[in-house]
Amino acid sequence: MNLRKLFRSEAASGYLLLSPTAIFSIVVMAAPLIAVVLFSFMTAGYLKIIWTPTLANYVTLLDQPIYVTLMMRSLIVAAVATAATVFSALPIAYFISFFVPPERKSLWLFLITIPFWTSYLIRVFLWKVILGYNGVINSAFLGLGIIHEPMTFLLYNANAVVITLAHAYAPFAILPIFVSLEKIDRSLLEAGQDLGESRFMTFIRVTLPLAVPGVVASVLIVFIPTVGDYVTPTLVGGNNGQMVANLIENSYFKLGNYPLGSAISVSAMGIVTVICLIFLFLNRRFLRSRS
Amino acid sequence: MNKGRGFRVYAFVYLAFLYAPIVLLPIFAFNDATIVSFPLTGFTTKWFVQMWNNAALGDAVRNSLIVAVSVSILATTLGVFAARATTRYRFPGQAGLLGMIMLPLVLPDIIIAVSLLVTILQLGISLTLKTIILGHTLIATPFTIAILNSAFQSLDRSLEEAAYDLGETKASTFRLIIMPLVMPGIISSLLIAFSISLDEYIIASFLGGTDNTLPLYIFSLFRFANQVPTVMALGTILAVLSVVLLTIAEYFRRRGIARAGGKDTGGFL
Amino acid sequence: MTNSPATAAPNAASKPIIQLRGLQKYYGDYHALRGITTDIREGEFFSLLGPSGCGKTTLLRCIAGFEDWSAGDLSIDGANMENVPANKRPTNMVFQSYAIFPHLSVAENVGFGLRRARLPKEELNKRVSEALDMVGLGGYGKRAAHALSGGQRQRVALARALILKPKVLLLDEPLSALDKKMREQMQSELRRLQRQVGITFILVTHDQEEALIMSDRIAVMFEGTIEQLATPQQLYRRPVSRKVAEFIGIMNFLPATVSRADATGIDVEVVGLGRATIAAEQCPAGAKTGAASVGFRPETMTVLYDNDPVPASGQIVTGTVAEVVYFGDMTYYDIKLDGVEKPISISMRNVVGRPVLERGAHARVSWDNGALVLFC
Repeated sequence: MNLRKLFRSEAASGYLLLSPTAIFSIVVMAAPLIAVVLFSFMTAGYLKIIWTPTLANYVTLLDQPIYVTLMMRSLIVAAVATAATVFSALPIAYFISFFVPPERKSLWLFLITIPFWTSYLIRVFLWKVILGYNGVINSAFLGLGIIHEPMTFLLYNANAVVITLAHAYAPFAILPIFVSLEKIDRSLLEAGQDLGESRFMTFIRVTLPLAVPGVVASVLIVFIPTVGDYVTPTLVGGNNGQMVANLIENSYFKLGNYPLGSAISVSAMGIVTVICLIFLFLNRRFLRSRS
Repeated sequence: MNKGRGFRVYAFVYLAFLYAPIVLLPIFAFNDATIVSFPLTGFTTKWFVQMWNNAALGDAVRNSLIVAVSVSILATTLGVFAARATTRYRFPGQAGLLGMIMLPLVLPDIIIAVSLLVTILQLGISLTLKTIILGHTLIATPFTIAILNSAFQSLDRSLEEAAYDLGETKASTFRLIIMPLVMPGIISSLLIAFSISLDEYIIASFLGGTDNTLPLYIFSLFRFANQVPTVMALGTILAVLSVVLLTIAEYFRRRGIARAGGKDTGGFL
Repeated sequence: MTNSPATAAPNAASKPIIQLRGLQKYYGDYHALRGITTDIREGEFFSLLGPSGCGKTTLLRCIAGFEDWSAGDLSIDGANMENVPANKRPTNMVFQSYAIFPHLSVAENVGFGLRRARLPKEELNKRVSEALDMVGLGGYGKRAAHALSGGQRQRVALARALILKPKVLLLDEPLSALDKKMREQMQSELRRLQRQVGITFILVTHDQEEALIMSDRIAVMFEGTIEQLATPQQLYRRPVSRKVAEFIGIMNFLPATVSRADATGIDVEVVGLGRATIAAEQCPAGAKTGAASVGFRPETMTVLYDNDPVPASGQIVTGTVAEVVYFGDMTYYDIKLDGVEKPISISMRNVVGRPVLERGAHARVSWDNGALVLFC
């Protein structure tokens, strides 16, 4: 094969075209991620970094209860928020896929994505307004005489974080489930009922297993970013709602300890990755045991 | 028709949940009270006037526009390369490379912010709007690829071959056939990247140095209770703007699909 | 039959426009073209016929310049096409999907290839409307391309390719997306168009009927090789192999034993029919004595009725009607000949006074030496 043919070949053209984006991604994402991993093994000196590899940062993370506590809280809050988001999204995705006429589906998806594109900060802030001591819910309930003093469990705690995250990530949960439901061949469901199953059992035995890939995708796509969310815990989490992102921000900006911040980042990424892999593994085992 | 009534009721309750915060925006933006709570006290437009006369806000808006416009152009350009490469060619390692490029979709933004910050400081580069642009381009590119992929996918490969067969070069085929057909996708990709950048807080706060963008400015206002109604006014305008932008993007996306003779299958992402 | 492509064969003596010499194509390990050597003549309607995956489309795309070949030579009008890209070749293509540019009008589609010629506007308009007239779309120029029906798209694609006056027009399954009625209409139209412009048409198709109707010559392809290249009549009457025979129309096969083989022909004992003599041109070259099989088409045999006289040249065998399918103008019988397990198909034209036999009826079948083809 001569050079000209090689240049014209399918693979070469593909690599050439993809290279600007791939190189950008390597330089701006992959290399910095590696840098963070390296940093996490260094020590913070006064205004400079001491270039001696050490595990000290990780030891600190394990030693001081605040880090473990916040990491655990982040994971639990993210897990609860993910569960809430995905469970509340399931019926919506099912409704749009099965009960909305085809020509109206785009409109419904559009309606669901609109709130997502309005400023995230302001949306989170508005939840603060809704849930606050003098907020919409409290003032409405007081006005109606249902309660006699404002409820305080609404804001500045993990509940508020869960509600706000479930709101913020709704489209991320709905769309993958919707897509997987759309792919289900409708004649399969008719076949299920034709073979004597009830509507409910058809849903359990046919629809649900086929929707699993979409549910898995939405769980991951919601869980991973929510673990590291910064704005929501800062604005509505209060002192007991702080999460790992606040910790990272704190070590970088308030403490100026870059290696420690890097170690927290790396641990968070590592733990999230492991959890996701376990989740995928269990899910695969579950699917296999059924078939 | 009783089928799915329960689902329908649920769907409307869910929509109410989704829209609850947004509905409150204009209510408090026009409410004549510094404290944001019920009951309402009266109608006013003074918050909009106050917002208009705020110089710091003007700077933040200008910075945000510079960043968002640059990001939309950069991310869309990178998206065009990637979408074209993956829809038109098959080559080993394609899925892996694309996976890497799409990774920011599932990477917490704070991790991206931290890693870029560390690297940029080590390289001795100062933090400016340019560094924000880098970070925002990174997180916006996966979205542009998702949109552009569907635009390029609905493009029948034989259209290119036909143009080439009729005497055009590869370059002129791209200009005469491919560009016009994917243009709606490009426009909606520009708009989506623009909105993502305009709305992003954490990366901008890590990489911005002393430069303020709009979200940074809004965040700083939250600390002052008397500024909250101004934020509401600002939020109202932003919400209207993004709905308009989004509607335009959706219009172009659908027109693109219709033009290429395809069938509409869903919304963004 | 003066109009039939085989006897007309106006170009038998004309020079080759495309020469293929040992053309090979690999996709990785997959051997798509296994050495194609043939000439395609100037001004003929040439078909590449075969099942999907036989390499016919790959060959067409090599000629068009969309595929590089791995070995061998391809020349068009005497010029070697190695490293000549598609946009520099004297060929134009009609795509299976028609590839009508959806954002351009009909006239802009048709005039697309003339952009580089930088003709004056009047000249361009004149040539576009001539091309549209030629394909029967006069006055459609201003229409939007996406508003056309399938048949109209097909015509636009034809006009767009022919306006450049290519030496060869390549057609990639152009009729497969049309319904039956439209397809039949376009078949005769394509034939007419080819005679009118007088250039070589190369058609890729998997539809044997379409190839028989339209072509001057047909290359039947299997697994990357040309199994037989012949006129439609030759192909139908004398397929070179069982594979070709089974792909084109219906052919019955009976086991046979050759007892004598020489230059004048062969003597053969056919199971179910008895002794027969087959002329040399109906046998493969170098036929030897021993086991073979004999084939014949359903319409070459006659189911006799009680009052039918025995034809002078024919021999008669007997059997039982195993199945009858009545088609209106035709009746298709499956008949189990005495002593043969597998039924043979026979088709009969329904004429006045001829009854249709029922299942299980006793049948007498007359046959003729001249209809038999020997396969080794």
